[in-house]
Amino acid sequence: MSAVPQSQKAFTAQLKKVYGFYTGGFVLFVVLLAIVEQMGLPRATMGYVFLVATILLYAGIGILSRTNDAAEYYVAGRRVPAMFNGMATGSDWMSAASFIGMAGTLYLAGYNGLAFIMGWTGGYVLVALLLAPYLRKFGQFTIPDFLGARYGGHIPRLIGILIAILVSFVYVVAQIFGVGLITTRLTGVDFQVGVFLGLAGILVCSFLGGMRAVTWTQVAQYIILIIAYMIPVVWLSVKQTGVPLPQLVYGQQLQKVTALEQKLIDDPKEKEVRQIFRDRAAAATEALKDPAKAFTEGKARLEKDLTDLRAANADPARIKAAEEALGRWPKDQAAATAQWNRDRGAAGRANPPSRHGEAFPGKDDAARDVARRNFIALVFCLMVGTAALPHILMRYYTTPSVKEARNSVTWSLFFIFLLYFTAPALAVMVKYVMYSDVVGLSYASLPAWVQAWTKVDPSLLAITDVNRDGIVQLAEIVIGGDIVVLATPEIAGLPYVISGLVAAGGLAAALSTADGLLLTIANALSHDLYYKMMDPNAPTSRRVLISKILLLVVAVLAAYVASLRVADILFLVSAAFSLAAAGFFPALVLGVFWKRTTGIAASIGMLAGVGVTFWYMIATHPWLREVFFGTPRSAPQDLWWGIQPISAGVFGVPLGFALIILISLVTRAPSQETQDLVQNVRYPNLKAA
Amino acid sequence: MATTAKLEEYWRRNLNITAILLGVWFVVTFVVAFFARDLSFNFFGWPFSFWVGAQGSLVVYILIIWFYARYMNNMDIEYGVEEEEEA
Repeated sequence: MSAVPQSQKAFTAQLKKVYGFYTGGFVLFVVLLAIVEQMGLPRATMGYVFLVATILLYAGIGILSRTNDAAEYYVAGRRVPAMFNGMATGSDWMSAASFIGMAGTLYLAGYNGLAFIMGWTGGYVLVALLLAPYLRKFGQFTIPDFLGARYGGHIPRLIGILIAILVSFVYVVAQIFGVGLITTRLTGVDFQVGVFLGLAGILVCSFLGGMRAVTWTQVAQYIILIIAYMIPVVWLSVKQTGVPLPQLVYGQQLQKVTALEQKLIDDPKEKEVRQIFRDRAAAATEALKDPAKAFTEGKARLEKDLTDLRAANADPARIKAAEEALGRWPKDQAAATAQWNRDRGAAGRANPPSRHGEAFPGKDDAARDVARRNFIALVFCLMVGTAALPHILMRYYTTPSVKEARNSVTWSLFFIFLLYFTAPALAVMVKYVMYSDVVGLSYASLPAWVQAWTKVDPSLLAITDVNRDGIVQLAEIVIGGDIVVLATPEIAGLPYVISGLVAAGGLAAALSTADGLLLTIANALSHDLYYKMMDPNAPTSRRVLISKILLLVVAVLAAYVASLRVADILFLVSAAFSLAAAGFFPALVLGVFWKRTTGIAASIGMLAGVGVTFWYMIATHPWLREVFFGTPRSAPQDLWWGIQPISAGVFGVPLGFALIILISLVTRAPSQETQDLVQNVRYPNLKAA
Repeated sequence: MATTAKLEEYWRRNLNITAILLGVWFVVTFVVAFFARDLSFNFFGWPFSFWVGAQGSLVVYILIIWFYARYMNNMDIEYGVEEEEEA
């Protein structure tokens, strides 16, 4: 990483050596911690050691890579070899949602969750075939750069800046939120403190060295996150199947899960619990029609039961039961209403478990059709969004050549693939543990990890004996998706050091993505808005300085928003994909593939695409609708063809394409200069020109 | 030295291979997903459509990108538009 010029080959060789030693060192560090743990290191200390050690490591790389040179700061000197750019893209890409959330989503949604697996990998086909080589040949610094040069004038660039910031900011808030959660879990500090601790980890790196520091840190973070993800899954697979390749053998586990599902669907005790939830929800709906009357009447009835029993000198056990029933009745009407709302909200627990391997489950053909439509729409939005997220596209500016950019996409997807084809295996294996080892146990003999997690965070795992038979039924378990990854080390019976490692991996995933996003925002503001539009004569040092200051401001702002714990953060992440897809994809692709595309058309197309996507979201998503229009959340959704707001991009992308094509045809063709630029971008090296 | 006709041919071949590979991508992703319920026969233990979603499609995506990179890098040399290797 020295600034002395050296040949690309020697540089690559040196990188391989450095990261080889680094990986060995990291493994040694974990082994040492494992030994210290056996000697009695307390868990909280272990958490701190992981947190401090990894953040210091990232900070160290950041300090070593500090720079004020524009090409180094914005595109890492354009000499990142394909494989390393692939690793950096991998960790840039895989956020806390991929690392922690993905397997959980698959656990909860079964086949339908595969939309994320396919969507977040298949998008790279679009990147490789339609964008990466051409953007690399164009060879500037940002995505708005391309829009500005291709479509001429400040307006397309400005629209590009706005979309890039909108998309990246939404996304970075979610990452910092994830950092806060993991830091809290690792060390037990307050959430707000966790957010700002994580922020420090992000800033030391991107602040000092821009893209250069971020690239080399992301490679380091990729290595940590992939090790952390693999160890527990492989171990669990050995325990369950005897084979250390979970991805190849979990088919048989899926068959066992399917058989268990059928048993649980037919089991009379399960049916009993589900009936209790159905009755409760029905009673609650009835009571909520007139809560005041229901509260007094219900109480009076219980009191009367008790007096009657006492008067009749009934069996003491029955009297005691009636006393307890009265004792459980809510104190006042407000408490009763809250309880009824909860009961009505839990109506879904009356449904039998869905089958993991079944595509688009639904009660009838119409419901299944809507599920299929939404699945395909979501895959489409995630794929096109992947090919339009500026922090990912930007990475392909950093390779030494077009050839390397093409190879680099292959590496990127390969490194992402390693995690993504493991997640479905993990989901199935954890489900198998739940269905075979937890369900059917007596409450007295729950495994230690179940007891521990129900205490740590009831939103992740809660079990209550609803039908009071002393045995765990599946319908009595409430599970939050995140536990699938977080608890795997304990389920597999691994020492606590591995739990710490998993948290450190999640932290690496969130930090690396946040780094890339913050850089995108700061660059859009400093490079595109300030340098290109406001002061084209600004010296390099001032541009980089302004970028660093903006980075700081944006980071603090994002951390502030994250610390407010905005609801529905996961929805916002997916929304970023739809918005990016509708905003950037048509204008970028047509800009390369159709010389006739005009600037006015592209500007209108981008605005209309983002506009309709954003509008559909705020008009149909219950939470956004409440924020923007004050519509109550329970009001019915007015959906177009039943498409959920998360996939709003399916309307924006075609609209963007259609408008850009139609308006281009009726406006004046782009200048010769612009057409030459497109021609130039299409060939890696135009020697004839 | 690349002539204009040669360059046009290069671009046309690029468009062709891009279209073919996008076709493969489309079939693996959307056609299989559309018929997912009908394609749920047992495939080494997995329902086929589940396996494609979880593994098969990802492998095909990597192969598409790998093939495209190789094809184009070779074509660059064939048409004389390759970049000079840095020493």
